[in-house]
Amino acid sequence: MFRQTRKPNRPGQANRFWLLALLLPLLAACGPQPWNNPYPAAQRGQNILYSSFSERPKHLDPVRSYSSNEYVFLGQIYEPPLQYHFLKRPYDLEPLTAAAMPEVAYFDARGERLPDDAPADRIAWSEYTIRIRPGIRYQPHPAFARDGQGRYRYLNLTEADLARVRTLADFPETGTRELVAADYVYQIKRLAHPRTHSPIQSLMEDYLAHLGEYGRTLAAALNAQQTAGEGNWLDLRRFPLEDVSVVDRYTYRIRIKGKYPQLLYWLAMPFFAPMPWEADRFYAQPGMAERNLTLDWYPVGTGAYMLTENNPNRRMVLVRNPNFHGATYPTEGEPGDRAKGWLDDAGKPLPFIDKVIYSLEKESIPYWNKFLQGYYDVSGVSSDSFDQAIQFTQGGEAELTPMMKAKGIRLVTAVQASIYYMGFNMLDPVVGGDSERARLLRRAISIAVDYEEFISIFANGRGIPAQGPIPPGIFGYREGREGINPYVYDWVDGRARRKPIAEAKRLLAAAGYPDGRDAKTGKPLLIHLDVTGGGPEDKARFDWLRKQFRKIDLQLVIRNTDYNRFQEKMRKGNAQLFQWGWNADYPDPENFLFLLYGPNGKVRRGGENAANYANPEFDALFERMKNMDNGPERQALVDRMVEIARRDAPWIWGFHPRQFTLHHAWYFNAKPNLMAHNTLMYRRIDPQLREKLRAEWNRPVLWPLWVLLAVFVISLVPAVLAWRRRERASAREAD
Amino acid sequence: MFAYIVRRVLYAIPILIGVNLLTFTLFFVVNSPDDMARMHLGVKRVTPEAIEKWKAERGYDKPLLYNERAEGLQRFTATIFFEKSVSLFAFRFGRADDGRDIAWDIRQRMWPSLAIAIPTFLLGILVNITFAMLLAFFRATYIDVWGVVLCVILMSISTLFYIIGGQYMVGKLLHLVPISGYDSGTNAFKFLVLPIVIGIISGIGAGTRWYRTIFLEEINKDYVRTARAKGLSELRVLFRHVLKNAMIPILTGAVVIIPLLFMGSLLLESFFGIPGLGSYTIDAIQAQDFAIVRAMVFLGSVLYIVGLVLTDISYTLVDPRVRLE
Repeated sequence: MFRQTRKPNRPGQANRFWLLALLLPLLAACGPQPWNNPYPAAQRGQNILYSSFSERPKHLDPVRSYSSNEYVFLGQIYEPPLQYHFLKRPYDLEPLTAAAMPEVAYFDARGERLPDDAPADRIAWSEYTIRIRPGIRYQPHPAFARDGQGRYRYLNLTEADLARVRTLADFPETGTRELVAADYVYQIKRLAHPRTHSPIQSLMEDYLAHLGEYGRTLAAALNAQQTAGEGNWLDLRRFPLEDVSVVDRYTYRIRIKGKYPQLLYWLAMPFFAPMPWEADRFYAQPGMAERNLTLDWYPVGTGAYMLTENNPNRRMVLVRNPNFHGATYPTEGEPGDRAKGWLDDAGKPLPFIDKVIYSLEKESIPYWNKFLQGYYDVSGVSSDSFDQAIQFTQGGEAELTPMMKAKGIRLVTAVQASIYYMGFNMLDPVVGGDSERARLLRRAISIAVDYEEFISIFANGRGIPAQGPIPPGIFGYREGREGINPYVYDWVDGRARRKPIAEAKRLLAAAGYPDGRDAKTGKPLLIHLDVTGGGPEDKARFDWLRKQFRKIDLQLVIRNTDYNRFQEKMRKGNAQLFQWGWNADYPDPENFLFLLYGPNGKVRRGGENAANYANPEFDALFERMKNMDNGPERQALVDRMVEIARRDAPWIWGFHPRQFTLHHAWYFNAKPNLMAHNTLMYRRIDPQLREKLRAEWNRPVLWPLWVLLAVFVISLVPAVLAWRRRERASAREAD
Repeated sequence: MFAYIVRRVLYAIPILIGVNLLTFTLFFVVNSPDDMARMHLGVKRVTPEAIEKWKAERGYDKPLLYNERAEGLQRFTATIFFEKSVSLFAFRFGRADDGRDIAWDIRQRMWPSLAIAIPTFLLGILVNITFAMLLAFFRATYIDVWGVVLCVILMSISTLFYIIGGQYMVGKLLHLVPISGYDSGTNAFKFLVLPIVIGIISGIGAGTRWYRTIFLEEINKDYVRTARAKGLSELRVLFRHVLKNAMIPILTGAVVIIPLLFMGSLLLESFFGIPGLGSYTIDAIQAQDFAIVRAMVFLGSVLYIVGLVLTDISYTLVDPRVRLE
């Protein structure tokens, strides 16, 4: 019988252990994986795109979500019937799950069919008939799972069934089914569901005639159902909504009041994506919400990707949907796309990328540094890193710095369909109103506030001064001489030049404020600006604003407040001058001009017209323009409206921001599309090139560690000597 | 001791009610239920009806502290304060405004917080005591003088500088560890090294000076002179006698912190992308999510009280003269 005995430690054994511990980092350095790689070695060389999120998405339910940081996910998962062409500009709608663009029919009040070019005021009803493509299937999901008898596996769960469930992955079985027209109808009904709080419910009630009443019906039904103890799930299939109907398995119809061409844009947004009733029922079961299993956290769609991990505390993961119906990369775009390589993948099957990992990254500095190390594929340019990344040519064009170029990083820019502006409260007795005096005062201030300088100083040149409410790329925007705001700019040497301060002072004097003082009372004119944000970085901005007003001898008083109080002031009309912005929902002038439409006034109607601007002529033109199809007649109306707004100057028009995006050499098809949400499937990466460059850029540098160790050891020598001396000293010496 | 602990637990109840009332008041001085609804519903196309519906669903449609329309006791119980506070005492934190289970999020997030906080705390104490001992050993020599100067310098530098500097030096220039991020299990090690080292270094200045003062106070006492007179080496005097007798002030500062380690570190977690409880609280404040804020403040208060009780108990362990009665 053998007995294992422990060998005594040999003298050199301990030393070898420490030697190994010291050499281990060196040995690891020789391996293929850089030490600072934040991703597991198993992901090496995989076709994975790496991105981040800084705050958890609030809603992933398509009927509730209305935020760009949520559309990053939703756009890849849910498929509304229409989409924006990835490459074409101006933005062009095309079918997504629809077999063709919707057929639109107009009817008068008697129900008689009208010709397609019937004037809008004769149209009482419009019908949109949408036929979707057969054969589209949902992503694998437990809501669709069935047992051997064809019964739904997980639609009648008990608390006991859910005892061990924490995530969707805990349901062992999944299923799928074909997308049908009824799913789109179900989702439109959900706009009025009393529990969903859809932000567009009230807007849609203006067009879907019975939606408001439908919401009340659902609320009463839900109440009765809960009182009877029959659970929380309302089967919307049992509650017909007159405005939407299923024509056949693949066709549905939407009936709206009057003419509303912008409905097509809404049909490209997740609000109108399909919702299978099984998913609604699945998540409505008791015990699901308690486990964070809700439609708001786990979307169910037909898109190119599906959300397989949703841990807002750490990361979110999109994976290629195995049931995706397929799509191909577009074969045509706008001029210049081919030269930029944005048509190199024409006709190839989509999506290109297998998986996207979004990691929680709360601060911009670590994100930027990881981008430079190759651990993120795409990055914006923050103010902190702007000088490191971008320089301007003598002609004022932005280009990459030599360091960025050396890394093969590329820059793409695009003017956003947004506007940042300063608004005058038109209800204010000094700056507001329709008097010539107030109008001249507003125009004088508009000239004085130099937004070219603002863009240069505070936006690092990332923006273009606005000449009116409509940004470039939106129908109605005019370029060049005919596009300038003649009340603020002159056309000089082929470009817009801000009018001189002398002109602003002349207007100010004409308004009754010579040298910035009220001509009647002699008192200096104080203008109050309400702003939010009081950080150190804002101080420079506020100083700059005061300087702009001082140029025309006006005193600017800045009232800084938190966003809640600011909103309250805006709702009550207590502000005089304020800063605000707007991002387009869709590329139509109506989506900007409605911000100046009188009946949308914030104080009186709680609308989005924060300036409370009201001009009867403008309002009348808006009502005509909003329902028209794009064309010369509509352009003429838009031109007139913009002219009225420029003349009345309810806003200092501010600027349209320009988006700067950087991407690495291994990232392809980077063309920005600021309207489309499902752009991920068009992007492509070269993982091998990424691995090679990551390894090159991230070799560990160890010599400073050895130097540090040496310095530490050397600094110990006098201490050790002193200690030995003290230990050997006699008591008298030690004292 | 049992009676003492029971008494302290009973004392804790009014303290927790007070803390809860204070949190409630401070929160609703800055945010109204309407503000919370608007923050949650977004900035675009929010109607007054949607706001009212949101408040009603979450119980924010009631008066804050006193319900004039109610009768009897309901004047106090049919209020936001009462309804949102009572469940806390049963440690039922409820759901965040976005519908997520707060207790589940806390359970998820406390591990990353602990993964940084415990090593930083333990190693920090070890390093600080070692350095403080070293300075005490070399008291009144150039090593002591320059050591104190170094401590003052280290204390004067902002934690943010250590973080950004550390990320820049170690992560960006030397490529030794990831700049930020987190993973579970053993994969977490490479993400934790740098924040832990930074956490320790940023605490060395204050910690070492504090312990040095304690040791110097002890080192001049009679029992130390006696120990030296017996012929013990200075190292033995310091580590066997001085350290033992300096434990009470050390424990005062250290044990009370232990329960609060759960609450995480805001700056370290934010900059290193570590999904702990520190960033959870700040995110909730920014998102005006009262449910999370009150839960975290309540939890912090409970843990602080637990820390104080533990400190008292630890006295009895290190000093037999102390009795809890």
